[in-house]
Amino acid sequence: MTGAAAPAAVPAGLSASARVAAGPGGTLPVLAGDGPLALRRTRAAGPYAQVTLVGAMSAPLGGDRLRLAAEARPGAALRITSAAAMVALPGRGGGAARFDTELTVRQGGELRWLPEPLISARGSELVTHARIDLAADARLVFREEQVLGRSGEEGGRLTSRITVRWAGRTVLDQELSTGPGAPGWDGGAVLGGHRAVGQLLVVDPAAYGEGGRPAEPRPLGGTAALLPLAGAPAVLVTALAPDALALRRLLDTVTP
Amino acid sequence: MQQPSCPPPPSRPAAAAALLVLADGRFPAGGHAHSGGAEAAVRAGRITGPDSLEDFCRGRLHTAGLVAAALAAAACAGLDPVELDAAADVRTPSPALRATARRLGRQLMRAARAVWPAPELAALAAARPRGAHQPVVLGAAARAAGLTPHDAALAAGYETVSGPATAVVRLLGLDPFRATAVLARLGGELDEVAGRAVAAAGRAATGGTGELPAASAPLLEITAEAHAAWPTRLFAS
Repeated sequence: MTGAAAPAAVPAGLSASARVAAGPGGTLPVLAGDGPLALRRTRAAGPYAQVTLVGAMSAPLGGDRLRLAAEARPGAALRITSAAAMVALPGRGGGAARFDTELTVRQGGELRWLPEPLISARGSELVTHARIDLAADARLVFREEQVLGRSGEEGGRLTSRITVRWAGRTVLDQELSTGPGAPGWDGGAVLGGHRAVGQLLVVDPAAYGEGGRPAEPRPLGGTAALLPLAGAPAVLVTALAPDALALRRLLDTVTP
Repeated sequence: MQQPSCPPPPSRPAAAAALLVLADGRFPAGGHAHSGGAEAAVRAGRITGPDSLEDFCRGRLHTAGLVAAALAAAACAGLDPVELDAAADVRTPSPALRATARRLGRQLMRAARAVWPAPELAALAAARPRGAHQPVVLGAAARAAGLTPHDAALAAGYETVSGPATAVVRLLGLDPFRATAVLARLGGELDEVAGRAVAAAGRAATGGTGELPAASAPLLEITAEAHAAWPTRLFAS
C-alpha cells in the first residue's frame, strides 16, 4: 500500500486464528494456526502434550484481530508456552488490535498456560480478553505477564480482561487498563510506577476444594499478594514489579 | 433511565434531597472509619500531597469507583441484588476487600432500613445477613429513597474518592481545602463515570451481570491484604 492516490484504503489489519485441542494420552487431535499464531508441538516432561506458540511475525499490530482457542478434552493434560515475548506495535491506522483467547478445560482435564510476556510498545493499542471455562474438577495454571514499554520506552495503551467460569458460573472477572488515555493508571491505586504487572491463577479442586485445605490470603512482599477467590477452589496471585525479570522471579515462587 | 425488564421502584416521591442525605459523609453508615486504601498508600509513600492524592483518587474512581457505581445503578434500577452481590464478589479478588465491602454493606443496611423502610431492603438483609457488598446496598437504599440509577451511581462513585481524600487530611495533615479541591477537580470525571455506570447497568438489565464493568486496581487489591494485618492502624481499610 504505497499508492498516494488511495486515501480511503486504510488497511484493516490481519485476522488470524489458531486452535488446539488435547486428548488423553498426550494426543493433539486439533492443532491449527498460522502467521502470528503459528503453533508447534514441542517436547514436554510428564503427561503433558505441549504446544508452543512460535509467532512467525511480530504482532499484534493496530487493527489486527487474533483469536486463539485451546481445549483440554476430558482427562487430557495440555501445556502451552511461547517461544518469545509477544510485542504489541502501533498499526497503520486500523485502530486497536484485539487478541481473544478461549481456554476450555473439560472433566478431569488440566491446562498449563505459561506463555512469555506481552510487551506493549509505545503508540500501540491492544485489547485482550481471556475467557476461561473450567469443569468442576478441572485443573488450571494460568500466567499472564504484561510489560509496559520496551527497554527505556513508554508503554502503549493496553486493556486486558480475564473472565473465568468454573462449574458453570463466573468466579473471576477482572479488567486492567494502562497507558495513555487510561485515567489514573500510574497513580498509587493502580500501578504506582511499576512497569510489569502479572497474574497467576491456580484452580485446583484437590488442593483448595472439599477435602483440601482452603488457601489463606497472604502478601508476597510489598507488591504482590495471594488471594483466594470466593466460591471456587482457586487462588489468584496479583503482582507488580519494576520489570519483566523481577515479575517472573516473583511469580515463579508461587507457580505449582 | 427506566429499565423495561425491571420492576418499577416501590415509590417515587420527589426525592432529590434524599441524595444529599445518602451521600452525606455524616450518614451513620460507618464509612468514616475507612480510607479506601489511602492509609496503605501513604505508608508506602505513594500519596505524599495533593497531586499524588489526585492521581490515587483518579485511579480509584475509574476502577473500583466505576464498578461500584455500576453495581449501585443496577441495584437502584431493580436488578436482582443477590445476583449483583455475586457479581461484586467476582470483581473483588482480595478477601480483605470483600470483607470490608460486606461490613460496610451491613452497616449501611441498618441505617437505610431505619431511614427508608422498604420490603426490598428487608429481603436483601435477610438474603445476606452478614452484609451484601456496600455498593449493592447503596443502590437498593437509593431505590427505597425514590432516587434514580444515575443518583445511585453518583453517590457510589463519589464515595470512592471522598473517603481517601478525607482520610489523607488526617493521615498526612493535608490542608482540607486542598483535599476538597481535589474532589472538585474530579467532578467532571465523576459525572462521566456515573454516565458509563448507568449505561452498563442498562445493558446488564437485558444481557446479565457480565455486562457490568470489571475494572481493577492491582495496588488496591495487593495492599489491602497487608493493611488488614497491620497491628495498629488509623483506619479499618
